[in-house]
Amino acid sequence: MAVPITHYLVLAAALFCLGALGVLIRRNALVVFMSVELMLNAANLTFLAFARERGDLSGHAAAFFVIAVAAAEAAVGLAIIIAVFRSRNTVNVEELRTMRH
Amino acid sequence: MLPTLDNAASLKFFAPEMLLTAGAIAVFLLDLVVPRHARRVGILAGVSLAFLAAATMATWFSVRASYEVDGQLFTAAQQPVALFHGLIVHDPWAVLFKYFSFGVTALAILIAAPSLEVAKERMGEYCALLLAIAVGMSLMASSTDMLMMVIGVELVSMVSYALAGFRKAHRQSAEAALKYVVYGGVASGMMLFGMSYLYGLLGTTNVVGAASAMDAYGERVFKHLLQTGTPGAGQLAMVVAIVLILAGIGYKIASVPWHMWCPDVYEGAPTPFTAFLSVGPKAAGFALAVRILYGALSESGGQDLAVVVKDVPWPQVIGVIAAITMTVGNFAALNQTNLKRMLAYSSIAHAGYLLMGVAAASATGSQSVAIYLIVYLFMNLGAFLVVGTVARLSGSESIFEYRGLSARAPFVAVAFAIFLFSLTGLPPLAGFVGKFHLFKALIDRGEAWHVVLAIIGLLNSAVSLYYYARIVKAMFLDKPVSEDPLPVPPSYGFLLGFFVLAVVVFGVYFDGLRQIAETHMRIFGHS
Repeated sequence: MAVPITHYLVLAAALFCLGALGVLIRRNALVVFMSVELMLNAANLTFLAFARERGDLSGHAAAFFVIAVAAAEAAVGLAIIIAVFRSRNTVNVEELRTMRH
Repeated sequence: MLPTLDNAASLKFFAPEMLLTAGAIAVFLLDLVVPRHARRVGILAGVSLAFLAAATMATWFSVRASYEVDGQLFTAAQQPVALFHGLIVHDPWAVLFKYFSFGVTALAILIAAPSLEVAKERMGEYCALLLAIAVGMSLMASSTDMLMMVIGVELVSMVSYALAGFRKAHRQSAEAALKYVVYGGVASGMMLFGMSYLYGLLGTTNVVGAASAMDAYGERVFKHLLQTGTPGAGQLAMVVAIVLILAGIGYKIASVPWHMWCPDVYEGAPTPFTAFLSVGPKAAGFALAVRILYGALSESGGQDLAVVVKDVPWPQVIGVIAAITMTVGNFAALNQTNLKRMLAYSSIAHAGYLLMGVAAASATGSQSVAIYLIVYLFMNLGAFLVVGTVARLSGSESIFEYRGLSARAPFVAVAFAIFLFSLTGLPPLAGFVGKFHLFKALIDRGEAWHVVLAIIGLLNSAVSLYYYARIVKAMFLDKPVSEDPLPVPPSYGFLLGFFVLAVVVFGVYFDGLRQIAETHMRIFGHS
């Protein structure tokens, strides 16, 4: 028996909310990035669930592009985290406040 | 049926983007082979500018190029056309923003060349990355497919993260980049999730005519999902999707409540790139916003853009966002002492003014957005150029550095005053022309809330005069911080003169601006 599409959609929505929650409450930049990846993968799951249900390939194509986007974002993001870590030995986003007024 | 070309036939209309991609690769390679001598920066900047000029010419030719549909010959100027099976379009609106993007990129390279914040040995990287952003901005302005919108937005964003953190050893620069990448990642996550819902509702990633295209299937899935049994579950999903997509765009144009990254990133990034960031990606974001709201979410197809999609009054929603955005921007700018940070808040306020044109939800409203963006290009780049000139040797962007600037560098002080008064919107400068068109488009619509929004805009302009005038007072009335004249690189002097000329000329001869916006106000999917 095929799993109905609603199961995928509920799972995707739950993943998205978890990701958003993680971004809001976690303070380590690396964990924040992982949460962002969770949000992107929630989008992927929704794309794929609809593509499978509709028998339409453009959703599959979209998922590939989202994977590529996520990979590029992780690459740039990690490079920036390393640059920050070098200059101040922490990746805690709460301690990054040299520019407050 | 709208004309759509296949991949091979599309290539000649895609020449500008291909040239710039080749340019970015060429400059990266050239960076490796050009030896370290005095003319190195000049060579790399010159090659980049040459590629931008070639792309501009290619755009000019692409408007006049012809294509064949069903045995009939059209030129792109007569009839907008979809390229690559409908992934992107070639219409006057996209062409206008291609010219705009290439122009602002060229100016950002010219501003960076004498700057000390972009190290001489890394000029090649800087130019190549800017060329990549130019490709992204032109994709943002021309995409009608959600996939291409994401690619465009991400191309601009990711390169911007790298450029915001360009001064690697500089603490604030690295911090700015990290904040930018975190906010940007969340924004793109929201936008993609919204797009995945929209895809489920439409059954296609193409958004031309999306509002009327939601089919029964999408409605049924979401009704089942929510198990309400009431009609409108699909409509609720549509609203969620559109809100999430607008969040992604709101982040690009730095409107409230997605503006938090803006002050920190603008302050920490190297000044030439801050100048670029405050104009280029913001304009591309507005081009995309108008295309989605006008081209995709409009049900009546034409005059009333995005009037009501699924029972939500979008123009009013955007109007409220506009009012909050400009109020937050202006009031936060009031007590800033760092000029870059003040201009960052001022650019948030200007995003609010521009959103008034979007909220007007009419062809004249979108035209006024285009007019204002052109004017904003000159006055805002000019203002950041002055900040870069003053901070070039002292390294300080504090307002105290500007005391008595009129004695140390009279031309720079006068130019800055002109830019600031133009940003306020005082006649006879170009800023007044831009604001006039925004207010006029809004009041022409004639409902009570349009007038209220226009009044809020006017009050905000009055508030902004306070903090702009504070700088002018410091420059002309306060005692100089030092007696030494401020050194101004010749190319900065030339650029400042050019910006002043543009701001003054467009303030008097504004009919040309209006004509440019009017002829380019054709969006694919509307006739």
